[in-house]
Amino acid sequence: MSPLPSSAARPSSIASDHSPEFPLSVHDLTVAYHRKPVLWDLDLDIPKGSLAGIVGPNGAGKSTLLKACLDLIPKTSGEVLIYGKPYEDQRDLVAYVPQRESVDWDFPVSALDVVAMGTYRKIGWFKRVGKKQKEQARAALEQVGIGHLADRQISQLSGGQQQRAFLARALVQDAEIYFMDEPFAAVDAATEQAIIELLQELNSRGKTVLCVHHDLATVSRYFDWLVLLNMRIVASGPTKETFTRENLQKAYGGKLNLLEDAAHALQNVGR
Amino acid sequence: MTWTEADTGILLVGVLCAMACALPGCFLLLRRMSMMGDAISHAVLPGLAIAFLISHSRASWAMFIGAAIAGILTALFTQWISKFGKVDRGAAMGIVFTTLFAIGLILIKKTADNVDLDAGCVLYGAIEFTPLDQVVLWENESSLLRVPRAALVLGGALLFNALVIGLFYKEFTLASFDPALARTHGFRPMLMHYLLMIMVAVTTVASFEAVGSIIVIAMLIVPPATAFLITRNLPLLIGLSLGLAALGAILGHLSSQLIPSLIGLPETTSSGMMATMAGFLFLLVWLLGPQGLLRKPKIEGIPEPGLPPKL
Repeated sequence: MSPLPSSAARPSSIASDHSPEFPLSVHDLTVAYHRKPVLWDLDLDIPKGSLAGIVGPNGAGKSTLLKACLDLIPKTSGEVLIYGKPYEDQRDLVAYVPQRESVDWDFPVSALDVVAMGTYRKIGWFKRVGKKQKEQARAALEQVGIGHLADRQISQLSGGQQQRAFLARALVQDAEIYFMDEPFAAVDAATEQAIIELLQELNSRGKTVLCVHHDLATVSRYFDWLVLLNMRIVASGPTKETFTRENLQKAYGGKLNLLEDAAHALQNVGR
Repeated sequence: MTWTEADTGILLVGVLCAMACALPGCFLLLRRMSMMGDAISHAVLPGLAIAFLISHSRASWAMFIGAAIAGILTALFTQWISKFGKVDRGAAMGIVFTTLFAIGLILIKKTADNVDLDAGCVLYGAIEFTPLDQVVLWENESSLLRVPRAALVLGGALLFNALVIGLFYKEFTLASFDPALARTHGFRPMLMHYLLMIMVAVTTVASFEAVGSIIVIAMLIVPPATAFLITRNLPLLIGLSLGLAALGAILGHLSSQLIPSLIGLPETTSSGMMATMAGFLFLLVWLLGPQGLLRKPKIEGIPEPGLPPKL
């Protein structure tokens, strides 16, 4: 990788400064499925140490954005930089928590096995999961409050417990940036509270967390940075500045006809 | 019935075949692509026929390489058709394997009909004849140890599968459970997918002579499916599949010899009875196993449907 030119050397048409200090820089990203664009010309910088939410209507491309950043789906054009380098060179810095439904929970492994999968990259090809990794996995399960379920088969975990196991799997990777796809979807209130506390704890240690989220009511309580997305970036910035009625209207358009929802959500601003 | 050396040979071939198939079968089942075994066991046929045409011999390395290539092509074509043709995976598989199988049958009919690569044998195998072709393993003045050539080939396939799965156990598990995580961690799940397809192709070719391309599907899928009814622990699942595979083969051969004679009929085919017994074991476990139909539900506090809750 050649060093990036400083913002001064760049043409003025590029608004944001894609400096390598940013944990995540998205530059002119377009993604298309079967020639239909899903994400259109995104430019995005997430500052270090943010707890950032990605919010937008169904089909806005929120999950697609995460997947494109992680090379899970091809980019039509544009680039994504993790601390100034392509994802391929920075795999160790990123932990990904996919949507819970993306895997088969009837698979014959235990909660501990699932969490230990987070250490596979460090173990490398061929080698077995050792005592050390199992201890790490156990500690991560303790951290998410389900240490006592370590040896339970994942088919016997509740939805909330499954989500906690997934989170623990990300924790053992000891990454710098955490990509989470709807970690609060269909979990019980206790789990939601436990997860947000964990994310805040990660955040307080200077880690960057990026979270696809769908519940407008909790946005301003959970996130200090907000990306409003609907195929394009509607707004990206500190939640206090971006979480406005006008921006929500732009992101959700006609789909936000329940303006009361938005009004209710906006009441939480600044709390 | 009298037990002959041929019976021992058939039993050995059957057990090794069933066990060799059960190993890749476990991962096919877990990846929810059991029918890929069906597709590949049929689609290897043109690979076999072409390899046979080039090398003019059976049971050679050419056959295995031809089959492995055909197996990978099946997986590739299926992938491409479902991706670019926008049809679902099952339909893509149906298109690919029937076409390849038909090409294979035509090739065999046209070119190899007068030699011993025979279409009927391809379909159901000829396990009864496997003891006729013996290989001497060890010989001195006092003793002679020989086994059917098929047993040697299938033993090799079993060893190959055990080695590959042993070596890539962690990678196979990850790629099967969560391909996205496998990819983000740089573990190349597609590579593991093709490796599994190669295992299935090689195993089905090794099994051709004994059980053909239809019964091999039962051997790939039924023992792992039975084990899945019993446990959700992966090492145990693999172990149980191997045990159930061997048991099914033993019971199959014994019953093929014993049951028909009880009602005054001639002995029936062993490979058919092996598949039948595997199915019978599945039925038994389905009815009587830990979550079996005939067991009372274990969950307490949930009233039976239609009954008022107990006070």
